[in-house]
Amino acid sequence: MNLISINNLHARIEEKEILRGLTLDVKPGEVHAIMGPNGSGKSTLASVLAGREDYEVTGGSVTFNGKDLLEMPAEERAREGLFLAFQYPVEIPGVSNMNFLKAAVGEMRKHKGLEPLAAKDFLKLVKEKAALVELQDHLANRAVNEGFSGGEKKRNEIFQMAMLEPSLGILDETDSGLDIDALRIVANGVNALRSPERSFIVITHYQRLLDYIVPDFVHVLYKGRIVKSGTKELALELEERGYDWIKEEAEANV
Amino acid sequence: METTTISQAKEKWMAALGTSHAYASGSVAEAFERFDFPTTRDEDWKYTRVARITNKTWVKSDAVEACDVQSFLIPGLDAYTVVFVNGRYNAAQSFLPTEQGIHVSHETKLANQRASYNHFFQAYADAACTDVVNVLVEKNARISKSVHFIHVVTNAQVLAQPRINLIAMHGAEVKCIESFVGTESAKSFTNRTLDIEVQENASLIWDKIQLENDAQFLMNEENVRITGNGRFTINTLTIDGGWVRNALNISLDGQNIEANLNGFYMPRRKQFVDNHTKVDHRLPHCNSNELYKGVLNDQSTGVFNGKVYVHLDAQKTNAFQSCANILLSDDATMNTKPELEIYADDVKCSHGTTTGQLDEEALFYLKSRGISEDNARRLLTSAFIGDVVSKIENDAVREYVTQQLVQRELLVA
Repeated sequence: MNLISINNLHARIEEKEILRGLTLDVKPGEVHAIMGPNGSGKSTLASVLAGREDYEVTGGSVTFNGKDLLEMPAEERAREGLFLAFQYPVEIPGVSNMNFLKAAVGEMRKHKGLEPLAAKDFLKLVKEKAALVELQDHLANRAVNEGFSGGEKKRNEIFQMAMLEPSLGILDETDSGLDIDALRIVANGVNALRSPERSFIVITHYQRLLDYIVPDFVHVLYKGRIVKSGTKELALELEERGYDWIKEEAEANV
Repeated sequence: METTTISQAKEKWMAALGTSHAYASGSVAEAFERFDFPTTRDEDWKYTRVARITNKTWVKSDAVEACDVQSFLIPGLDAYTVVFVNGRYNAAQSFLPTEQGIHVSHETKLANQRASYNHFFQAYADAACTDVVNVLVEKNARISKSVHFIHVVTNAQVLAQPRINLIAMHGAEVKCIESFVGTESAKSFTNRTLDIEVQENASLIWDKIQLENDAQFLMNEENVRITGNGRFTINTLTIDGGWVRNALNISLDGQNIEANLNGFYMPRRKQFVDNHTKVDHRLPHCNSNELYKGVLNDQSTGVFNGKVYVHLDAQKTNAFQSCANILLSDDATMNTKPELEIYADDVKCSHGTTTGQLDEEALFYLKSRGISEDNARRLLTSAFIGDVVSKIENDAVREYVTQQLVQRELLVA
């Protein structure tokens, strides 16, 4: 059974149609990379799946864990196990990372019918998961993303993902703005979270990230549709040849 | 037409006062001649409607009524208490200072009327003052406990017009807390005046916690004169109340003075909160910092009017003022008006007022982690007013204020 099944998805922002019939199935444990030129709809896909209200879905369906994803508000999607690692994590002055995580973990556990974690166990969990992405303890006590470097923000996203243990992680250009060391740390964090039950959709502009997070499938998005799918070798080919040949192929097929 | 109505209201108020009030002649009487109730045509009352107060009659309480104030004490706060019940000083409920260096006395009448009055309510407060409490902190005395003034209203129709006079003499240090509360049946108009003198090198912190119910109307006036090297902080914390106006008049009448004015207000339903502040820099080398934050919900209304005067002599003044607001509802209104008048040329002054909505990006970020809309809003508003809450130095008071906000679901702890 598919963990997530995206079928002929159409979405627009204001008057601009961005997703135009996107179809993608992801089974538990699989890692799918989505690549594509600028403006092809990669980040829109991430936003629509996470439930950002700026986008209007005009057609198609998304089934997540057997449920209609598009019917759920953003918080419900998160509780059902969908996690979006933001391309631009938001700075929230005055809200400490710890209070934020406590609230988030609390809501997740409530949703699963679990008792709230004792303070001691919560702190233990924080320590354990922060270590995954080599996030310093003091960052946990600061305001959410405030004054974090680009690398720290991305590590914080993966740290949150580790805390919330989703069944589907969507990484929206998590590699953007990272140097090679930060990239390796982030990728190691993601790899540590890979499991037969947990799937990932890795959205990236560059093949580089896929050296570290090795995907099972690579898809090319162009003009709001997946125009080519393959295995990790496709990413290498794109790195070498660019996107022009893809565009030409796609235009020829229209 | 409007004038007629208001005049009728004034007549009613004057009749309630009777002819036997304290000041049948002099400046009070002149003020009664001169002023009717303020209207929105008066610059200082432009956004502040008083009809909800003036169309009712309020009665001064003759008796000092019993009241158990236990539930209005601040847990964990080791403090002396000065209790007013329905505007009347209640000696039995008070726990007056027992240590050296501080004296609290009580009078039923004001010693003097003022030289002049600015509006009707000021004169009315003096004409029908319900009780006077004088606090004198001796030279260089450091008072070990806070002094907690508690104003409780237990009845309907209550007119409470207490006066507190405080003098912190040369080098004295004292911390005060003042709370305004009411029982369920309370309906009142409290018109409380506070006159403070912070003498040379003295220090005073005043935490004011407003916790009245929606049928209570609260007018506060603080007149504060600070002299050389004096330090004064007032935190105006408006948590609840049907109608609240705070008028702070701070005169920096010496050099090297530091004055801090902080406040938050979180009105909802049809509540109204008005903060009028006036900071008067008269001499050089003084600092004033003003930080106000508001979160307004439902059909509530807020007013912030911040005046800062920097006189010609007040060189090297640092005067900062900030008032930031969040509207949680389309029906909430915030009126802000900073007024800076600067006559000295070597000063650093800044002001900023903002009124906006919660950051949609931040809300989405929180929700995308499974946090409900309500809790996400609460996290953000808590963070927003958090820097004002953190200005409360006393741990027990800060904890109490936090708990009061949490109880009302205005804050996440």
